[in-house]
Amino acid sequence: MSQRIVVTGMGVVAPNAIGCPDFDQALRTGRSGVRRDARLEDLGFACQISAVPPIQEDLLQAEFDPLTRRFLTSSGLVYGLLAAREAWSMAGLPFPEVGQAPRTEAGTQFGTGLSGVEPLREAIYKVDEGKVRKLGSRVVEQTMASGISAWLCGMFGLGNQCSTNSSACATGTESIILAAERIRQGKAKVMLAGSCDSEGPYVWGGFDSMRVLVRQANSRPEEASAPLSARAAGFVPGAGAGALVLESLEHAQSRGATILGEYLGGAINSGGQLQGGTMTASNPEAVVRAMQMALQDAQITGDKVDAINGHLTATMGDPKEVKNWQKALDIPKGSFPYINSTKSMIGHCLGAAGSIEAVACLLQLQGAYIHPSLNALPLHPDIADILPEKAVPQTVIEVPNLKIIAKSGFGFGDVNAVMLLRKWEEKR
Amino acid sequence: MERSAAAEKLVEIVRPYVPEPELLTHLDEGSDFLKDLKINSAHMIDVVLDVEEAFDIEISDEAAESLQTVGQAIDLILSQAGASSGH
Repeated sequence: MSQRIVVTGMGVVAPNAIGCPDFDQALRTGRSGVRRDARLEDLGFACQISAVPPIQEDLLQAEFDPLTRRFLTSSGLVYGLLAAREAWSMAGLPFPEVGQAPRTEAGTQFGTGLSGVEPLREAIYKVDEGKVRKLGSRVVEQTMASGISAWLCGMFGLGNQCSTNSSACATGTESIILAAERIRQGKAKVMLAGSCDSEGPYVWGGFDSMRVLVRQANSRPEEASAPLSARAAGFVPGAGAGALVLESLEHAQSRGATILGEYLGGAINSGGQLQGGTMTASNPEAVVRAMQMALQDAQITGDKVDAINGHLTATMGDPKEVKNWQKALDIPKGSFPYINSTKSMIGHCLGAAGSIEAVACLLQLQGAYIHPSLNALPLHPDIADILPEKAVPQTVIEVPNLKIIAKSGFGFGDVNAVMLLRKWEEKR
Repeated sequence: MERSAAAEKLVEIVRPYVPEPELLTHLDEGSDFLKDLKINSAHMIDVVLDVEEAFDIEISDEAAESLQTVGQAIDLILSQAGASSGH
């Protein structure tokens, strides 16, 4: 049997909570992080609400030295670094000291969709004004695609692979799968996985123009994100970061780490933008294949899945995803597992979604609960045909025997990532 | 501008770039930015930009590249500040 992969650290910067303890509370109580956004209103966006992490200045001053605080202008990098620091500390791993050699057994696979847009904007203004010499040293390190993994490499003294992955809204889930596979291959013992995205109008403008953001709920921000519902009318744009420390079971036990959960398996594929797949829509056959490959990789059958934390953005993709799960799980009618969407509270955090929601999965497994999926009723008629209302909790429910949650992420480009996470039990 | 005032202002600009604060306790005009104060060489460009802004001067690329010590930086600041006060 292949090596088991466990989670020993988690960190989160979400629109409804900063840090795991408060995120756990937010999930249990169904706290929405969706707010009116005056910037979007002033700029003439059709969608004038957003979900942005409530970062306070004192947190930044506590976590970063003054120079980093001053030069780090990318919100995505700030979120990513904060989440990663929480995960690393929770795992009980030390921060490097001057003169020390890098930790060759530890690396990072940390994704982003778009995280350097604020410094890029400033740089474009300066270049156009003929002031290129005023850019300084902090533009490249924040605007390069691998900015986040480069920063993490130095922050934790990592000596193994340090890469950034990017696959639109599948990025976060993909990063965890890639990191776990590297450990499985025996090429690393510890991998920091996760993802982050910047907030703001420059990231979200294109989606607004495509009319995929919700437009009719500007006066009711907390009701605006309605995945699974007949009222779903587009997603709420969000931002943030999630981070996991993944480790081989052997390595985690040898250093006496507290184990928070287990990664059972996963799969990444794409639909080739064929068979109904396009740049912006999933090929359903490929989605089902990704789900089945993930189950196979985890060596479980569909009936073992206790709950699904879906991609579920509150678009017309929701009923399609539910239909695909029904096919892939291959379970009798009426036995559909619990299903919820963390996006109902935090909007769609794009590249950061998968990793933030993975933290939500692990907190639910640890606490044996399923968080509410806000604004889901009445269910979309196609979804109501497949599963009963009680499969979609409206308030938190305790599930003492909750063991396995399936997590999905799909992205523009017709790309898919699906994984299975399990409550930690040495004997399973 | 007095040499001591320029020196004081320069130290405040440099302070956040110095990775080990105790290195500043031995700072004098002979201190080398990279060797003695251990400033990351990539960040010297940011120090120069900060100096330009704080003293409202322009430092040529040639002058910036030959800058090694605190004393040389003070000389440069005083000569430039003197030049700009002439018009």
